[in-house]
Amino acid sequence: MTKSGLIEAVAECTPHISKKDTEIVVNTIFESMAQALKVGERIEIRGFGSFQVKVREAREGRNPKTGEPVHISAKRTPFFKVGKELKEMVDGIAPERVASNSGNNESS
Amino acid sequence: MTKAEIVEQIYEQVGFSKKESAELVEKVFETIKETLARGEKVKISGFGNFVVRGKNARKGRNPQTGQEILLEARRVLTFKPSLVLKTILNDDGSVEVSVAETYER
Repeated sequence: MTKSGLIEAVAECTPHISKKDTEIVVNTIFESMAQALKVGERIEIRGFGSFQVKVREAREGRNPKTGEPVHISAKRTPFFKVGKELKEMVDGIAPERVASNSGNNESS
Repeated sequence: MTKAEIVEQIYEQVGFSKKESAELVEKVFETIKETLARGEKVKISGFGNFVVRGKNARKGRNPQTGQEILLEARRVLTFKPSLVLKTILNDDGSVEVSVAETYER
């Protein structure tokens, strides 16, 4: 499911609100969450999970292709910790296991 | 930030009533949860991807007693932040963003 699929699904459940407005709401939710993380704020959504910014220290890395040492600067990375309810919801599905998702790392 | 504060943002920025804002925010997170519970991934462009991954059973150890235990196969949720989000967190100049930004585990 993509963001537009999410907007679609939410709009279907709320027929009194236009799809355009639903789109604005969904965008605002994620924008305000991104802004909160930007100022270093922790986000906690009950039953869903929490987001937190962690600082990764600068380190010496290596270009895996050439073996050349490169300097990797310190950076801030968002971390997500799944909430108890969602964790159980995800794990509680039928015994058929999720097809191994490795190599399925496309970014948006 | 809590869900209540997100609702507040919707109320202020989009102009829905507090009740409608709360209903919509609730619905958005519920929909994401239900989708993930079906094992389907949720991709929010500009924010990140929530992906359900299967973990195989493996032997573990109770770190306190050293006793061996069997960890059963399970499904876990992982979040991969989008490049856009990672850039937002680093673009204020306080932390230098390096070329290695895209470097992943």
